[in-house]
Amino acid sequence: MTLVSTLQHWLHNARVQRVTVFACMLLYAVSPVPDFWITQLNYIALYSLVILGLVLLTGIGGLTSFGQAAFVGIGAYTSAYLTTSMGWSPWLTVFAGLFITAISALVVGWITLRMSGHYLPLATIAWGLSLYYLMGNLDALGKYDGIQGVPALLIGSWDVSQGRSFFVLAWSLVLLGVFGLLNLLDSRTGRAIRAMRASVLMAEAMGVDTLRHKVGIFLIAALFASVSGWLFAHFQRTVNPSPFGLKMGIEYLFMAVLGGVGYVWGAIGGAVLTKLLEDQLQVLLPKLLGTSGSYEVIVFGIVLVLVLKYLPDGMWSLVGRWLPKPERVDDWQRAAVLPERTKPALGETVLEVTDIRKQFGGLTAVKDITFSIKAGQIVGLIGPNGAGKSTTFNLVSGVLGLTSGTVKFRGETISGLPSRDIANRGMSRTFQHVKMIPEMTVLENVALGAQLRGSKSALSSMLRLDRAEEQSLLREAARQLERIGMGHALHEQAGNLAMGPQRLMEIARALCSDPALLLLDEPAAGLRHKEKQALAGVLRQLRSEGMSILLVEHDMDLVMDVTDHIVVMEFGTKLMDGTPAEVQQSPQVRAAYLGMEH
Amino acid sequence: MDSTIFSILLLDGMTNGAVYALLGLATVLVFSVTRVIFIPQGEFVAYGALTLAIFQTGQVPGTVWLLLIMAVLAAVLDARLSWLHSGNAAKAAKAGLRTLLIPAVIALVSLWAAPQNFPLLVQAALTVAIVTSFGPLVYRLAYQSLADASSLVLLIVSVGVHFAMTGLGLLFFGAEGFRNPSFWDMRVSLGGLAIKGQAIIIFMVSLALIVLLWQFFSRTLYGKALQATAVNRLGARLMGISTIGAGQATFAMAALIGALSGLLIGPTTTVFYDSGFLIGLKGFVAAVMGGLQSYPLAAVGAIFVGLVEAFGSFWASAFKEVIVFTLVLPILLWRSMAGGHDEEH
Repeated sequence: MTLVSTLQHWLHNARVQRVTVFACMLLYAVSPVPDFWITQLNYIALYSLVILGLVLLTGIGGLTSFGQAAFVGIGAYTSAYLTTSMGWSPWLTVFAGLFITAISALVVGWITLRMSGHYLPLATIAWGLSLYYLMGNLDALGKYDGIQGVPALLIGSWDVSQGRSFFVLAWSLVLLGVFGLLNLLDSRTGRAIRAMRASVLMAEAMGVDTLRHKVGIFLIAALFASVSGWLFAHFQRTVNPSPFGLKMGIEYLFMAVLGGVGYVWGAIGGAVLTKLLEDQLQVLLPKLLGTSGSYEVIVFGIVLVLVLKYLPDGMWSLVGRWLPKPERVDDWQRAAVLPERTKPALGETVLEVTDIRKQFGGLTAVKDITFSIKAGQIVGLIGPNGAGKSTTFNLVSGVLGLTSGTVKFRGETISGLPSRDIANRGMSRTFQHVKMIPEMTVLENVALGAQLRGSKSALSSMLRLDRAEEQSLLREAARQLERIGMGHALHEQAGNLAMGPQRLMEIARALCSDPALLLLDEPAAGLRHKEKQALAGVLRQLRSEGMSILLVEHDMDLVMDVTDHIVVMEFGTKLMDGTPAEVQQSPQVRAAYLGMEH
Repeated sequence: MDSTIFSILLLDGMTNGAVYALLGLATVLVFSVTRVIFIPQGEFVAYGALTLAIFQTGQVPGTVWLLLIMAVLAAVLDARLSWLHSGNAAKAAKAGLRTLLIPAVIALVSLWAAPQNFPLLVQAALTVAIVTSFGPLVYRLAYQSLADASSLVLLIVSVGVHFAMTGLGLLFFGAEGFRNPSFWDMRVSLGGLAIKGQAIIIFMVSLALIVLLWQFFSRTLYGKALQATAVNRLGARLMGISTIGAGQATFAMAALIGALSGLLIGPTTTVFYDSGFLIGLKGFVAAVMGGLQSYPLAAVGAIFVGLVEAFGSFWASAFKEVIVFTLVLPILLWRSMAGGHDEEH
């Protein structure tokens, strides 16, 4: 290898990148930069910790909070109170702060996140305000004067709560946070969070408990803020309510949006830009306007709107594309093979649908449909537009609740279960309109299907203790992609795929969950002739391996070609069922499709 | 607590609740038509009260200049848009002037009227005209081009607008508070309970506005068109309803409600440049009670918030804001338990 290629290889190695960043941080601390710039960066570190949480919550998870400043306040006040009034060591109070923060975040999150997305920010506004007034009115917390004389952070007799030593402490925590988040995003949990943002329906169908993940990322974001508050209290040596008010909560969001709320490094960029901008404006604006006051909020407000309009991905989107991206190393070849569930024996009844009915108000969309699928069988569900095929499909997979009737899967009644529990029992589906995470690679999208075959927690992902399992999941994803003939496209960005490969990718994702029954919702829609032929080949191959498939499809050539049995629906009822040959010859079916002989 | 204190608190809570009801209705209105969670609703309240206060001193309120600046910006944007569409300079100029016309006339009249010391009601009418004109302009400048963005983005835009409007409020009105003269200096004594004329006005105006809004949405074609926009933007557009027009009209109504609320509370309390935010948020708590979609529930919620605040300030005055805003959590819990499982998107 030449020197240049070795260097290039190193540039793209994630571990090398991280060590370099850390070393740069230490170098900065010991370099002869003026103390002013150390102090500035100390504040920026405190902001960055909070914004990192917002990146996870808002940029990745699609939720938001204006109450992060309140969590900073909890961390700061807990430590200030316990160290000054109770004489606790500051190294213990950080955990007390985290504990109280966690409880508050869990309560707020658990209450608001079961409802639609805009209730969380509203609740955090109210929560932030009430906490602010609480801190300002409690005698024990010194009312609006706050608590003075917060002790320094000491290691032995070494004071690490000021200047350069605080710089190293704070930035080490920030970088730990950054690396932890990057690790989390590149893991099973990270895929689940992204999936939840792309589509709750799809995430649930892949077995993701979306409520738990929403509460989880809100919790992580709150804990990051709490650590920042703990550092703040011991850095300032005093606390009062004003830095924890709603204004600051909004400013954190401003920093995140300015820097690029979808990028972990954008968090730090946003904090740097905002701090510099704020310092300039606080001098410039009063001069310009002739009176003193915090007029920088005018500029912040206008900049926030302009950024959302013209640069929705923030500043980092301008910088990030020039930086070397870490490449995924193909390290799963020798990973352990995931255990498979016992499959039904050939000919055994896998799915038994009895008299299912769905009413939307006065409209009966599906009326008493009965059919069954045996192991190793492909059953087609066809009918004109509006016949109720997709509704039937959603009833079977648990996306919609039944009005009456039962669905039995492998002998067990599953009607009434949420879709993720049905997925857990070995039923996996694709979607009529492809639902994927466009910014992830094909491999990662497919690995999402194996969600339920892993068990490592978010914490072990952040600490990189999940690698063995992760490699097994990726190995399975790669195997399924090869199985359907997409082994060449593992590392392509899913959003760049054409329609045909996207649908194949969804099938691979469904297969990744090791299903006993595959539900395919119009897999041939929008495919070209060649792609359809390839799809038919894949379906036949799956059947020959013992898979059962329920196929909703409009393409009659494909349906007649691959299915063993067909159920025909019209206006929500079953018109007939039989073999492809019987269906083709049925005058009823012809009438339904062509509208004659009525 | 004796019955006199009880009835004083009751009246106080109902009076404030009536104002919160107006703001809650505006919040529901804006959200249901445009999907915007309009945090700066309260800023219109402060702008209303303080613009009138400055008129009272015989000076030109800074809001007049802001109105002119925003109108010119909006006019330039509209002219540019029209130019890009048609490439016709005359058409573009016309589009710009159409946007500029009404705010410019209002601003010019205000400039002329400010030093004349007109009676209170004339100044109040001017104030309403000024603040109401802000509505469509705020929509034009901040939201219009983002109208199809996710409601998360729209919410963050709202926060930006709130920041900008509060800062501008400080710039125009200063950090001092103002208290406006009462519109009706009357007191009725009712069994030991003094009812002020202003309180009666507050009740009457709130009730009238609620009835008007209700009639507007259920009886008029335009009201129904606005509702259609709320349900399905694309569908409404296909039916020939201008979603831009709907957005601007909605914001004008919200600003009007804000301005009137500002005039109503101006004589009852000292208003500072940033007072509007808290008042608006209390309207918000009420709106959340109605799930951001039910007008009657929002109104009931507002009275509830007003009462909690009044009795809270009697028993634990330092913690009255804490109590009011923490109320959101049990309200949300109740809504989620009552089956408010509305799926997103």
